[in-house]
Amino acid sequence: MLEIKNLQVKLEEEDKQILKGVDLTVEPGTVHAIMGPNGSGKSTLSYVLSGRDGYEVTGGSASLEGEDVLELEPEERAAAGLFLAFQYPVEIPGVGNMTFLRTALNSQRKARGEDEMSATDFLKLVREKAKSLKIDADMLKRPVNVGFSGGEKKRNEVLQMALLEPKMCILDETDSGLDVDAMKLVSEGVNALRSEGRSFLVITHYQRLLDHIKPDVVHIMYDGRIIKSGGPELALEVENNGYADLLEEAV
Amino acid sequence: MALPQQKVDATEARLSSMSLPSSKGWLGKAREDALSRVRLMGLPSRRDEYWKYTRPDTLVQADAPKAALFNIGEAPVFSGIDRLHLIFVDGVFDPEASDDLELSGVSVELLSQVGDKDIHWATGLYGSLEQDGQSPVQRPLAALNSAYATEGVLIHVTGAAAKPINISYLQRDETSDACLHHVIKLDEGAKLTLLENGPAAARLNKVLEVDIADSAEFRHVRTQGRAHERRAATHIFGRLGERSVFKSFTLTANGVLTRNECVLELTGDSAVAHVAGACVGDGDFHHDDTVFITHDAVDCESRQVFKKVLRNGATGVFQGKILVNQVAQKTDGYQISQSLLLDGDSQFLAKPELEIYADDVVCSHGSTSGAIDEESLFYLKSRGVPHAQAMNLLVLAFLAEAVAEIDEEEIADEIIGRLTNWLERRMS
Repeated sequence: MLEIKNLQVKLEEEDKQILKGVDLTVEPGTVHAIMGPNGSGKSTLSYVLSGRDGYEVTGGSASLEGEDVLELEPEERAAAGLFLAFQYPVEIPGVGNMTFLRTALNSQRKARGEDEMSATDFLKLVREKAKSLKIDADMLKRPVNVGFSGGEKKRNEVLQMALLEPKMCILDETDSGLDVDAMKLVSEGVNALRSEGRSFLVITHYQRLLDHIKPDVVHIMYDGRIIKSGGPELALEVENNGYADLLEEAV
Repeated sequence: MALPQQKVDATEARLSSMSLPSSKGWLGKAREDALSRVRLMGLPSRRDEYWKYTRPDTLVQADAPKAALFNIGEAPVFSGIDRLHLIFVDGVFDPEASDDLELSGVSVELLSQVGDKDIHWATGLYGSLEQDGQSPVQRPLAALNSAYATEGVLIHVTGAAAKPINISYLQRDETSDACLHHVIKLDEGAKLTLLENGPAAARLNKVLEVDIADSAEFRHVRTQGRAHERRAATHIFGRLGERSVFKSFTLTANGVLTRNECVLELTGDSAVAHVAGACVGDGDFHHDDTVFITHDAVDCESRQVFKKVLRNGATGVFQGKILVNQVAQKTDGYQISQSLLLDGDSQFLAKPELEIYADDVVCSHGSTSGAIDEESLFYLKSRGVPHAQAMNLLVLAFLAEAVAEIDEEEIADEIIGRLTNWLERRMS
């Protein structure tokens, strides 16, 4: 599904190398988790994959189902099936959530050469998906993420994921700012989307999210590289002992 | 203070190129009074403080600069709305193309047809709100208009108008110079919505005087015509009675030079006045909103909401003032002027002013200039929305607060539709 080879990235504005050769392969239908201390490059990886400005790829490659995603515009990556759930979803005053969701869905359908969805069909679809995430009509009516609580914003991210049905979902610290109940709700939403054809890359600081969204593979990232990969037990090890041992081992 | 000789000469030179329309009755007197005001003030020049950001030269010079005709390539705005439709072509009323001047709750007449009468309800009103609006800041182009207007619509609203009145201004002559003066009087409790659209002429000088009695409501939505080379200086003078409502919204897309002045006086307690504008300028475009709202009564509310989207060297100007006199306790004033600059070549010049003599008031104001929010843009694109469409969504979102000032949903939808079309044509 997603294949990253020796990916090297620096900040465009300054001469600072963030990713120093990341190798990662996510097979279809699997959930991979990336853990690591602050500043290790986890969020940069998610931004570079989704096409945010401000980063320069200095080496390596990243492909989605064989297609070089680094060559594509952010909207083309989305249409190709890549989805980033933001750590801090953006508030957009003046743009209604429903308008936003429908524009996004229809833009992707159009880009893939599919028919646009009618207003009625869309309304039906949104209501159905929103219900299971406990997103009420009011949240759909309000401007995108404006006045949403932290939990509501993350649920809105999962709603977008459910509507857009991407193949490759990257969750950037989706657990940050969530209380236990909200985390459960968001995780259930994500788990409901798990399927054979869909993969997840879950970026997190804490093991607790992985109690809800069970990963197949756990990677530890440090200083712009993946220094260790293993099964779910690796996350537990981090939880119990911190990163120090792993870092020492790697050096 | 005596006028500088240079200004006197320039004014006399201009006046000598025009002839005062002859009106025997009440209108003749009003014209002469207005003409003496023009002579006292002199016509605006670029040295005047009030014209610091907008050069008046082409609005004052004898001949209207040529303005190419423009085919809008879509049905005219408000076509789908049930209305009384009046049509002017290059400033001349077109009775053939217009609806009959009949509407329940309203009397509609033409200035040219009633100006010679001895007695008319507009006597003492025509030119008088304009005259009141000359202090503390002079607006000579409005006085010039009162003196020289060749036509106008006089609307007396006695009840709730059965439907909106829509005045469409067509331009068919590349050098036409139109001077129109409308007067609207709303009796106690009366209601009217006025819609205006179209470029009117190569150069337009238009005055609208609105006298709103107690509990009456006046709503106004206009679009200024997309002819790229047109010029316009417009004035609205409004006087508001107790618990009355005045709401005006203007959409401007294109036009090489537009100066819209709005001068309102809230004379009755608990009156509400909202003035809003959305403008989108691309290239050779200069747009000036100059607003002056005077609070002279207790518990009134005023709002000024102006949003400008500018690119390719377009210029936006906002001069807005709230004057709260000592009697006007419990005033609720709000003023916002914002520009969205889509590139480094465009500019926004803002002079927001508050002058407050009452001590129990709430007046908030703000003025900002900014670029498109990159975070929002990336968020939209990351969901698959193409760049151009994402930009348009954000531009519309920026303008939303101004468009929200339109009360009638059908009309607001029409305006949003026009804006969307404009953006899709120009921005992609």
